[in-house]
Amino acid sequence: MGEVKLFFGPNHPGMHGNFSVHMYVEGDIVVKARPMPGFLHRGFEKLMERRLWYQNVALIPRICVPEPDINEACYAMAIEKIARVEVPERAQWIRMIVLELARIANHLWSFGGIGGPTGMYTSMYWAVADRDRVLDIFEELSGARIYHMYIVPGGVRKDLPPKLEDKIYHLLDYLEAKIPEYETFILKNRILHTRLKGIAKIDTETCLKIGVTGIGLRATGVPYDIRKVDPYLFYDKVEFEVPTATEGDAYARISLKPKEIIQSIRIIRQCLEKMPSGPVNVKIGEGSGLRIRVPRGMAYVHVESTRGEYGYLVVSDGGEKPYRVAVRGASYPQGLYGVEHLLPGTRIDDVPIWLDSMGVCAPEIDR
Amino acid sequence: MPEKSLFAPLIAWKNLFEKPVTIRVPNEKREASPRYRGFHVNDWNKCIGCGTCAKICPTDAIEMVEVPDMKQDYGMKPQRPVIDYGRCSFCAMCVDICTTGSLNMTREYIFVSPNPEDFRFAPTEKGFLKKEPSQIKLGWVRDENSDLLDLDRVWPEVLPAQERVTSFVEFVKAYSKEQAVAEAARCVECGICTDRCPQHMRIPEYIKAIWRDDLKDALKWLLKGLESENYLGANPLSSVCGRVCTHRCEEVCAISHRGEPIAIRWLKRYIVDSIPVEKWYETVVFERVPKGKKVAIVGSGPAGLSAAYFLATLGYEVDIYESLNRPGGVMRYGIPRYRLPDEALDRDIAFIESLGVRIYTGITVGKDIPFQKLREAYDAIFLSTGLVLGRSTKIPGSDHPDVVQALPLLREIRDFLRGDGPEPKIAKRVVVIGGGNVAMDIARSLARLQKMKYGEVNVTVTCLERTFDEMPADKEEIEEAMEEGVKIYPGWGPKEVIFYPDRDSIKGLKCVKCKEVFDENGRFNPKFDESEFCFYDGDMIVEAIGQAPDYSCLPEEWRSKLQFVGNRILTNNLRQTQIPWLFAGGDIVNGPDIIHGIADGYWAARGIDEYLRGTERP
Repeated sequence: MGEVKLFFGPNHPGMHGNFSVHMYVEGDIVVKARPMPGFLHRGFEKLMERRLWYQNVALIPRICVPEPDINEACYAMAIEKIARVEVPERAQWIRMIVLELARIANHLWSFGGIGGPTGMYTSMYWAVADRDRVLDIFEELSGARIYHMYIVPGGVRKDLPPKLEDKIYHLLDYLEAKIPEYETFILKNRILHTRLKGIAKIDTETCLKIGVTGIGLRATGVPYDIRKVDPYLFYDKVEFEVPTATEGDAYARISLKPKEIIQSIRIIRQCLEKMPSGPVNVKIGEGSGLRIRVPRGMAYVHVESTRGEYGYLVVSDGGEKPYRVAVRGASYPQGLYGVEHLLPGTRIDDVPIWLDSMGVCAPEIDR
Repeated sequence: MPEKSLFAPLIAWKNLFEKPVTIRVPNEKREASPRYRGFHVNDWNKCIGCGTCAKICPTDAIEMVEVPDMKQDYGMKPQRPVIDYGRCSFCAMCVDICTTGSLNMTREYIFVSPNPEDFRFAPTEKGFLKKEPSQIKLGWVRDENSDLLDLDRVWPEVLPAQERVTSFVEFVKAYSKEQAVAEAARCVECGICTDRCPQHMRIPEYIKAIWRDDLKDALKWLLKGLESENYLGANPLSSVCGRVCTHRCEEVCAISHRGEPIAIRWLKRYIVDSIPVEKWYETVVFERVPKGKKVAIVGSGPAGLSAAYFLATLGYEVDIYESLNRPGGVMRYGIPRYRLPDEALDRDIAFIESLGVRIYTGITVGKDIPFQKLREAYDAIFLSTGLVLGRSTKIPGSDHPDVVQALPLLREIRDFLRGDGPEPKIAKRVVVIGGGNVAMDIARSLARLQKMKYGEVNVTVTCLERTFDEMPADKEEIEEAMEEGVKIYPGWGPKEVIFYPDRDSIKGLKCVKCKEVFDENGRFNPKFDESEFCFYDGDMIVEAIGQAPDYSCLPEEWRSKLQFVGNRILTNNLRQTQIPWLFAGGDIVNGPDIIHGIADGYWAARGIDEYLRGTERP
């Protein structure tokens, strides 16, 4: 049988967003895979150079739609680092709560996403419905469900609304009770086992070679987590564990997600307890939002996203707009190199499993 | 492979008995959160059309559109934001930066229409869905944390009252570079100030230039204005206006709705003070084509100097005739030195003279040189003689030599301070009558002289206006005067000068309570309550109750052809009088104000240019 070229793109339910892979297959075995970004290329990084420092807050969440807050946090922290601004303590705790809530939401989202390629649709229904509960909190906090635009250079835009803390506690209690159900009902499910065990494997060496971090690396047994190895915000003041697995396959990665959610719940609880009252932001520069200037300099700030190390390199020439912003998208290695090097030899129907379990977010690559 | 369990699926089945997580639209409605960033509302009564929302909008979704039939007022632009919901990203930055707080977001988020044009609309207080304002639930509103404006002014260093009253040193210090840039960074470039300024100075442009630290560009905006529109907005007396302008721009500043207005006046001073005048010549260059015609200007006050400057840039030969010994008029002889030092004025005049303007001082038109001679020697004449005669209260005893007029006394004091004249008589106790800026000027000048000579201040100011707010003087002038030890008693009308029995020296001033200054028609018509009176001690009384013009330079044959409104000359927009070759401006046309005088000079120059280009001299 000859080689056939297949287009695996946004038309496929297993594809994540506006990304595509050109697959050359023989039978149902992939011989060659070429990642093809470009559907989404709006040039986020270039666009940022044409917008004011503050205006970019509305643009950057789009670089990772399901987990926008990491963008806001990186961007804000990089600017604060250049401008040498000390962010009020309360704002830093609030940022941690936001980031961990976003982590929970995104883990649930990708947990739901695995329903498509495996046919385990219950997982999708449950996880997406539960994610909505997190979005309700975001709506109360920031006024929007998806693009929060809440973390800004200098702090956060507004203080927590009244009674939100109770609602967060309530959500955490609910999720804590719900996660074991996920584990018994979904992770122990036969379909998932059959479809995920031993599939889309990657070893530590390959991870390090192509730059995979996050769950992809942790599933091979390396407890690498930016929150631990280079703590930002107050991650050094809270207790949590970094769950790992050793198999390095899709199942190991998926099974780490509920465990991470449990750790996030732990962190949020500690944040809510330790958070002092006080101001929630400071001015980055003098003047109105139209005339904020960041001093000359550059800074790289990285945070742990659900998919790995997520970083912003921000360069300022002292003007009213960024000179350059470069994003280290966490799914860049697995979305480009991973697809190219590790998919050949697998079956067509395992390709979406790779994309989902590794967490490939198209705009991070296509930025 | 996991253990098979018969009961595991039961976990899923229990959901059969729970409420669905989905919402049945449209039967069920979900209320958005109290902070929700939904469709906008804009209170048109509060909105000033400044367009700051459109400037911050990251997606360019807001466009400022002119609204027909909108009432035109100072401090307001006849435009309102129109939002394109096809572009809007609902970030609420427009709400956070709104200068008045008129723009807010609601909790409304559902709207369906097949017509794309429906998604582009100008929000009013009824919102996108045209509901009654009382039924709209507000979503995202600005609070002190999310505010994107900088509401607090950067104050220049000001000498404390105890220190400044001991000398005539300028007591407001210039901005440092850091201060000026920080203050300039607060501006939102709405241009409402430009609309309000009588001369329409390009304020946002030069503030932006300061912020960019491009002072040469800033100076060009000051001295050249809009080059393409005949230098509209240029101000040849920027050093003066940077100190003593009545700053109507700051009164309407968009930032003033929620905070302290931008210190436009001090920023202007920062520009001119930061560049030495020798550098002005190379920074601001005019291409002048000589027109071969001559214009005479009578009076070298703000209007005269301004007209001379603009006429010179247009290529006319300009001669100014000034009756006093130094040019500058009220700027030289009226405003005290602690507010406007001679050096600042000299700089502006030096630059004007560098354009070829000749100033003949000590020549009184009508006395030293007949008006008719000017008429013969020049193609056009600009009259800007100002308000030079003081008014008297004409109360009993006001003819005594120790009852003096403020203006001549101010002139004597300034001449004395610069060594041009003898020391004026300074009494130990002075009563000043009047509530305007001239009254404050003379009171504060005398306070300084008293402090320097006798070591203590004893100046009392009394005026008809019943409260400090009603007094025509600037609020800051009143406050500063009081800090310096001047006592101000508003609400009293002068009744009689009281003398010691020998009638040689003054004992003080008797006043009666003033009940009303203006009548129902808004005319000056004070009413007094004679039963309530008071007495102020003073060896000397100064009258500062207004000034009047002096038209003695103008021969009767021409004066009879002019039209007057009250005692002011009536002109057309280009400051042309009923005599085609005679133009007038300044205080004698628009009342006492420097920046109005500068604007008069500008328009008169354009008028003279238009007139001279249209007529060939027979």
